[in-house]
Formats: sequence, structure tokens, C-alpha cells
Amino acid sequence: MKHGSRRQFLAASGGLAIGAVLPTRAAAQLARVPPNNMPDVIRKLVGPAPIKPGKVKIGLPPLVENGNLVPLSISVESPMTEADHVKAIHVFTEKNPLPETVSFYLGPRAGRADIATRIRLADTQTVVAIAQLSDGSFWSDSTHVIVTLAACLEEL
Amino acid sequence: MANARINMPATAKRGEIIEIKTLVQHTMETGFRRSYLGVPLARDIINRFVCTYNGVEICRVELHPSISANPYLAFSTVATESGTLVFNWSGDNGFTATESASISVV
Repeated sequence: MKHGSRRQFLAASGGLAIGAVLPTRAAAQLARVPPNNMPDVIRKLVGPAPIKPGKVKIGLPPLVENGNLVPLSISVESPMTEADHVKAIHVFTEKNPLPETVSFYLGPRAGRADIATRIRLADTQTVVAIAQLSDGSFWSDSTHVIVTLAACLEEL
Repeated sequence: MANARINMPATAKRGEIIEIKTLVQHTMETGFRRSYLGVPLARDIINRFVCTYNGVEICRVELHPSISANPYLAFSTVATESGTLVFNWSGDNGFTATESASISVV
């Protein structure tokens, strides 16, 4: 059974090679994805100012089937006048590879602080929206989203 | 040439708040994915979107890899005067796309 043993040897060595490659690939994949430090990133943006809950309203489906395309809308209560308007709306995600998602910079010309876009969600997680008002105050809202099919990290 | 679409009213009353919806064709490759051979796919996204109304900036958006492919952005503005709105997207690998739309305010 000379051929048999050669086949067995080849199969065994092939298995070893795959076994050796897979963990390194998994490690490399992990190494490429930085840890999501959402609280630090938010603190860096906001500075020492307090973030108050309220005024902001996130529109996001509570259950998402496909994390690659999640409709997101955000509205902020504001008269949008020269004296009192929303300067920026920032969106952060808790478990995506990068916490920063999108930043809209508005002004009194917007008329209404009402925006919409479509985002990716890598996991079941909390999405946070922070509005920066012209008086320097920050307001926020957060919502929890359950994601069935994750985005971002899948292979092609 | 990138394919961009704008949806907004062609006419509006002075002072009316109009909604503008924009869509641009782009893969928005995150930079965190790999091909089936394990080769990392380089990041290729749109970073920035600017909308100007007769030369005045009314909305600016910073985009990150968490934005879905073919970015859809919707916002609103006050119809102050007749004129042109210019939309500009720019991103990685020198990507740029410009689209304009005119509005008549009565």
C-alpha cells in the first residue's frame, strides 16, 4: 500500500498547512480592525462640555436584516435661526470598526435640522447621535439596533 | 464619470423649506474587507460632500467607511432666491463628482 501511505501523508501535511495558515489569517484580520473606542472619540469631539439627552431624535429600524444598508434619519428640535441653530449632527456606532459614521454640518440656511442617509452596521449595537448647537451645547439620542446580517467584515 | 442624482423641487415659494435628496454611485470600500484569497481590499470611500446655494455653503457632510455603498444624503434648505445649487463629492484616489440643479423661487 505504497500509494495509500503517500496519499495519507499528503492529506495530513495539507491539513497541517491549512491549520497553520488559518490562525494567522484570523489574527491578521483582528489586527487590522482597531478596537472601537466610541466614548473616547465622542469625548475628543465634544471636549469638556456636558452631553445632555434630548432634542435629538434618531429614526432607525429596531430590527435590521441586512447591515449593509440601514436607513437612518435624524431630526433635531431647533428654530434654525441665526441666533439659535444646529451647527452639526454627528453619528457614532458602538461596534463598527470605526466609531465615526457621519457628520452633517448645517447652518441657519438649512431651515430645518432634518437629515437622512444610509449606514452600515457591523453588529447588534447602540447608535448614538450628537447635535452641536450654536450656543455650544451638545444634545444626544441613542438607540439599540438588532442586526441579523452584519456588514463591513465579510469576505468577498 | 460618476453617476449622481439629485431630487429637489424645481420651483418653490420664497422662504419655503425644501428637501434635497442626493445619490451618487460609489462602492464605498471600507478597507476592512478581504478578498476570498485573503488579500486586504484598500479603502476607497467618499470623504466629503458639499452643497452650495448660489455660492454659499448650506450643507457639508463628512463621510466615513460606515456609510453604505452609493451614498444617499438628504437634507433641507430654505428657498431664498432663484439660482443654482452645486453638489460636490470628493474622496479617495482623487474621486470627484459634481452635479448641479437650478431652482426658481417665486
